[in-house]
Amino acid sequence: MEIRPHLSVQNLNVYFDQLRILKDVSIDIPDHKITVIIGPSGCGKTTLLKSLNRLLDPLDGVRVEGRVLVDNVDIYDPRTEVTEVRKKMGLLSQRPQPLPMSIYDNVAYGPRIHNHVDKKRLGEVVEQYLRMAGLWEEVKDRLGEPASRLSVGQQQRLCLARGLAVGPEIILGDEPTSALDPQSSQNVERRLIELKEEYTVIVVTHILRQAKRIADYIAFLYLGELVEHGPAAEVFANPRDPRMRAYLTGEIS
Amino acid sequence: MILSRESRRLRRRKMEERIFRALMAVSILIVIGCLVLIVGTIIWKGLPAMSLSMITQIPKGGYYLGKEGGILNAIIGSLYLASGATVLAILFSLPVVLYINVYTKKRSRLASLTRFSFDVLWGIPSIVYGAFGFIIMVFFGLRASLLAGILAVALLEFPIMSRAADEVIRMVPRELLEASYSLGATRLETALKVVVRQCLPGLLTAVLIAFGRGIGDAASVLFTAGFTDRIPTSLLEPAATLPLAIFFQLGTPFPEVQQRAYASAAILTVLILIISLVARGLGKRYTRHIIK
Ligand SMILES: Nc1ncnc2c1ncn2[C@@H]1O[C@H](COP(=O)(O)OP(=O)(O)OP(=O)(O)O)[C@@H](O)[C@H]1O
Ligand SMILES: [Mg+2]
Repeated sequence: MEIRPHLSVQNLNVYFDQLRILKDVSIDIPDHKITVIIGPSGCGKTTLLKSLNRLLDPLDGVRVEGRVLVDNVDIYDPRTEVTEVRKKMGLLSQRPQPLPMSIYDNVAYGPRIHNHVDKKRLGEVVEQYLRMAGLWEEVKDRLGEPASRLSVGQQQRLCLARGLAVGPEIILGDEPTSALDPQSSQNVERRLIELKEEYTVIVVTHILRQAKRIADYIAFLYLGELVEHGPAAEVFANPRDPRMRAYLTGEIS
Repeated sequence: MILSRESRRLRRRKMEERIFRALMAVSILIVIGCLVLIVGTIIWKGLPAMSLSMITQIPKGGYYLGKEGGILNAIIGSLYLASGATVLAILFSLPVVLYINVYTKKRSRLASLTRFSFDVLWGIPSIVYGAFGFIIMVFFGLRASLLAGILAVALLEFPIMSRAADEVIRMVPRELLEASYSLGATRLETALKVVVRQCLPGLLTAVLIAFGRGIGDAASVLFTAGFTDRIPTSLLEPAATLPLAIFFQLGTPFPEVQQRAYASAAILTVLILIISLVARGLGKRYTRHIIK
């Protein structure tokens, strides 16, 4: 049997009402690499990312066609349990969204729901993931404080820790640094690079420089179409599609 | 020329600003004035009849309109009744409101139909709930009792609570729900662990508004709860209520008894005030985790 990647998108079409937002997108996301999705505003980057863990489901008037395979299971198959799909992915949103509870409870939220951590070990697990997200030293003395008191950059790393604590295989980031200052952005970028050892990372960004810094693999979306994708070095050095070239030179943005 | 037009426009805008400020000040004055006037009247008229025995004894001296004793029967009755009704209303209101906000999509027909029903129910006068409660009561072969009163008042409170709670829960940002879903939480887990926590102060307000309306309403308990001098010891006994006590006392031709009506009104007002303050104090504890 051929070896398939964790995550594979096949002929994905997404419609909002009658509008076709994603057009026949097919891509295999390479494991243990950072795949960066780039493209102009409104081209469907967020939509693509949300389609990967079925966050489009609660939206009005959405129709999804095609297949998204996670470990060879089609997540849009009616028999697939949606919470199991989402458990395999940690999501970082554009603005960090801490849950209305303490720092500790934020990280413990996933493990508690899925009940996959021994209660006695919960404290250790929380520490482990806070360390992984590079936040432990800053919060170890104030775990009981509301998460909303953290700075935005800290909140984003908290969300990372919270996502990791669920035990995902894939990390999704939708412009995860766009609300952060340069310092915090760098911090998050560094984490993502560290994490690709263990996880498959997919990040949406509209900052070309960021894409160049962190990407192993590039996917370029334009008006809902996956125009070009390939290893980052190749794509940046040798863009094949004229629209990709125009985007890289800044003619379209 | 241009300059003077500019300055004239500026003068006009300043003028508008001043007029609106004045209007707002007048409105605020009217609101506060009404409050002071009402509370003042109640206290001023009720004070002569006010005494410790008012709140520690049941009525003495004849029928329940007695000139002596107190209205403890009505105080306890009202508290039982409004508490029971509020608990009952929460039990129905919270699931409905969580359902239409978490389980259905924004454009859902069911959700808008439910919201429309809230609006209609909200507008129905309480006497109609009283009459409806009476029909239910008769249907089940009940007498006028605490239980029947609780049912009628719960009906009255339900739309008030639901509408207020809905307004609050609708404000929860979608991204917060998505954050919870993306961690693999079900809708129920999201509703109970995230939405309720995030909205707790607002939900508390919704409960309080409903409780306040419930405890102060006379028409819905008129046929359903009955009236008695005794303090009820079971759900099937009739219960006195403060609004009805006030109503009956005011209706007598005796000035002393009428005075007691104002004292009763003052007690009712203070009761609501205390409960609001306590609830708010408790609610404060839970506001610290809210995500702004
Ligand atoms: N809930 C929705 N209902 C209807 N149309 C939507 C909805 N969300 C997104 N769209 C449309 O889908 C298209 C793609 O949106 P999407 O958010 O995926 O773009 P994006 O690439 O993430 O843009 P940006 O870089 O600005 O975040 C846009 O044209 C947008 O108007
Ligand atoms: Mg986007």
